[in-house]
Amino acid sequence: MSAPANTGPVSIEDARIAPKPPLRRFHQARWDEPLLFELGTPGTRGVAVPAPEVPLDDSLPEALRRKQAPGLPEMSQLHVLRHYLRLSQENLGVDLNIDVGQGTCTMKYSPKVNDRFVRDHRVSELHPLQDDSTVQGVLEVMYHLEKMLAEISGMDRVSLQPGAGSAAIYTNIAMIRAYFASRGELEQRDEVITTIFSHPSNAACAKTAGFKVITLYPDADGYPDIEALKAAVGPRTAALMITNPEDTGIFNSRIAEFVDIVHEAGGLCAYDQANANGILGITRARAAGFDMCHFNLHKTFSTPHACGGPAAGASGVSDKLVPFLPRPTVEFDGTRYYLDDDRPESVGKIRPFYGVVPNLVRAYAWVMSLGAEGLREVAEIAVLNNNYLMKKILEIRGVSAPYAEGKRRIEQVRYSWEELHKDTGVHSEEIGVRAADFGTHYWTSHHPYVVPEPMTLEPTESYSRQDLDEYAAILAEVAREAYEDPETVRSAPHNSTIHQIRHETLDDPKTWAVTWRAYRRKILGQ
Amino acid sequence: MVNPVAGLGGRVGLKGSDGPDVQARARELGAVPRASERAAAALEELKARVGAAVVLTAAGPMGEDAVRAAGLEPDVRYTPDASDGPDRADASGTTAADTVAAARALARHVDLLLFAGGDGTARDVLDAVGASVPVLGVPTGVKMHSAVFGVGPRAAGEVAARVATTRAFTEAEVMDLDEEAVRSGRVSARLYGHLLVPDVPVRVQQRKVGSSAADPYAVGGIAAELAGRVGAGQLVLGPGGTTRAVAAALGVDVPVMGVNVLRDGRFFAADVNAAELLRLVTDDDWTGGTWIAVTPIGGQGFLLGRGNQQIAPEVLRAVGPDRLLAVATEAKLAALGGRPLLLDTGDPGLDGVLAGYRTVITGRGRTARYPVQGA
Ligand SMILES: Cc1ncc(COP(=O)(O)O)c(C=O)c1O
Repeated sequence: MSAPANTGPVSIEDARIAPKPPLRRFHQARWDEPLLFELGTPGTRGVAVPAPEVPLDDSLPEALRRKQAPGLPEMSQLHVLRHYLRLSQENLGVDLNIDVGQGTCTMKYSPKVNDRFVRDHRVSELHPLQDDSTVQGVLEVMYHLEKMLAEISGMDRVSLQPGAGSAAIYTNIAMIRAYFASRGELEQRDEVITTIFSHPSNAACAKTAGFKVITLYPDADGYPDIEALKAAVGPRTAALMITNPEDTGIFNSRIAEFVDIVHEAGGLCAYDQANANGILGITRARAAGFDMCHFNLHKTFSTPHACGGPAAGASGVSDKLVPFLPRPTVEFDGTRYYLDDDRPESVGKIRPFYGVVPNLVRAYAWVMSLGAEGLREVAEIAVLNNNYLMKKILEIRGVSAPYAEGKRRIEQVRYSWEELHKDTGVHSEEIGVRAADFGTHYWTSHHPYVVPEPMTLEPTESYSRQDLDEYAAILAEVAREAYEDPETVRSAPHNSTIHQIRHETLDDPKTWAVTWRAYRRKILGQ
Repeated sequence: MVNPVAGLGGRVGLKGSDGPDVQARARELGAVPRASERAAAALEELKARVGAAVVLTAAGPMGEDAVRAAGLEPDVRYTPDASDGPDRADASGTTAADTVAAARALARHVDLLLFAGGDGTARDVLDAVGASVPVLGVPTGVKMHSAVFGVGPRAAGEVAARVATTRAFTEAEVMDLDEEAVRSGRVSARLYGHLLVPDVPVRVQQRKVGSSAADPYAVGGIAAELAGRVGAGQLVLGPGGTTRAVAAALGVDVPVMGVNVLRDGRFFAADVNAAELLRLVTDDDWTGGTWIAVTPIGGQGFLLGRGNQQIAPEVLRAVGPDRLLAVATEAKLAALGGRPLLLDTGDPGLDGVLAGYRTVITGRGRTARYPVQGA
């Protein structure tokens, strides 16, 4: 290791006795900030909107006219800005922390230059009802992005319309339904097979589309149970909808056999590739024989996942499913780009218009900046980072990586604090919350909690070795505390705005309130 | 060491076998003690693996009989005192005090204390010897929620044999049913203490995980799916929090521990024993068809043979393997951590018929294909 030039040489002796830097502490700002709706003062205004040139009443259809003015808070721009800045300080923002703990979300650095493209008026000022001839640029971006995603997945066509990963999964099951309906097999084929470690949206979307769902559990080695699959397939099988690598980070290397078994029974196979970050440029859905797949363009392709930004999904299909793609599709006739709405067998629209354009622009910019080799390098670094972190984490007392033990993982790991919990009574969730006092956090697992006391970490290509060392050191410190002083962990966070969130009100439809109106009705009783 | 009365209540639908009154009632109902027989099966397995061995034991039905039945040589170190009570000679009147005394008498001289019984016996053993000697339970009780039992009698024998070569031991939980929780309609096991058991995880039964009644949506879905499949038929509901919640979702209030019968969606018979059940499922006047719904017992994954022995082999054969429906929330299946569901009907042939990948109903239109095997 070379010493910094301006401090002169440091002997090995000095380096060894130098104290380790203390762990970074985090103190969240704390504002007694009311809800925006409680802040308004009647008569205050933020923007003086010019009066309409024509009387609005005449130009708007009756059904669209409000009977009374909306109950919006009346505030100046400054006060709105101050409100949101305060809220932003009460946050552990995506660019603020070592965000490897939001496992399954593929949190990565989204290059700021991509946001500049998105904020450019040629993107931000577009209206979805503009004529094709006036949006040639963005159509060109979409056309080429589709080609690139087709190349990455090996599929023949890709729809960029879905508004999220789950919407893309829904798109896929809608196409599966349309495919079997077109062959007169829909009555007979009413079952969809998935695995318990596939993202739960696969089961949920299949149910939404009217299918029965059969779930497979891992075999003794921690891989999806191929014998259970054989027991489950039959003339009623419509499709296999499966995530790989699964949410455990385990890659099912017999995936092609799974596909063959389902194909032999006459079913289709849909690959949930939202976890593609560790296999980009290494393997493709088509190589395993899949008929269709989907990507999350947030998470893998630049835009941060959920809450860190809006979502966008992409559904890829092989030739035989192309007629069923959502409409419109983006086409090029050799001179101009256009939207093709004339698709009689299409499943229709999955969302209004043609996609979440800002995310598509970011995804395009991200792929273009990396190129094919760059994408593969992303995957390689993500996998290396994950396995480096896994080694460090498994050195911590009380933690393990259940299923396929001793095997390497792809891009994430679902760990278990079961041993620590048995020894100390401290729960995984409490460890994650205590981590907030050190400026980071983690997420546990989807439901059901298949892995006891779970923790899911996904260090993507964005994080440096120092970041990973710091993150592991934080967890090691919290684990030490759990053994030596569990109360400190249990009563955490100590430096955050809100100490404990009462989940009950969030779990019960009678009490959850995600709008001001619902809050007034359910909580304030107004 | 055998607790001769362990498991007596099971086939006749009692919640346990503790106390002379319950035992007398069990005999009245036609219960035959099986503990000695199951202990002998464990010892046969032990013998098959280690050859001839001297087995230190207690007199008569407290162990000696089982040791002889297995073709091994007993060395009797404890005899219940006949002057203490009228029934002592045939040991049907042995009490918890005998279990404690026998365990103490044997513990000092052995490498492993193999005991046949249930949770109550495990508690007595814990009271008697603590962690001073490794122990292993041969499951013969009604309730076996502790982690100190082999998954079946033969498995217990197999694990015992391994102690001769591998001396790895681990602490395991001794549980007992929380009677309070049972009355409030929730099956839940309480931690009583720890015993030292051989460390062979796949063969040692895992502790029961208390199921929470907090998943009303999942249970409602299971109920709807069951109702759809059974229609106006006869539904035999095994015990457990899940099945009880399912019944509640169907509008029927049943006790949490017994086996109950619904006909055409309405309550028909409560807390039936094996003989009554056999009569109901072979009732020629009933033409609506019969289904049996059971739920695995918590973290152990026993589908049959733990807490639901009333659903006896004859009953299962009469109804047919296709009409045996397993129900569980996904969370409950998940808590098995990948272990298969287990069968211990007492009829290995039937266990074989029922084994394989079975459908487990996890919600409305939602199932799992899950491995089921004989214990
Ligand atoms: C593997 C997998 N599939 C599907 C989804 C669903 O995506 P979304 O949250 O955009 O609906 C996710 C979420 O990150 C995921 O990890």
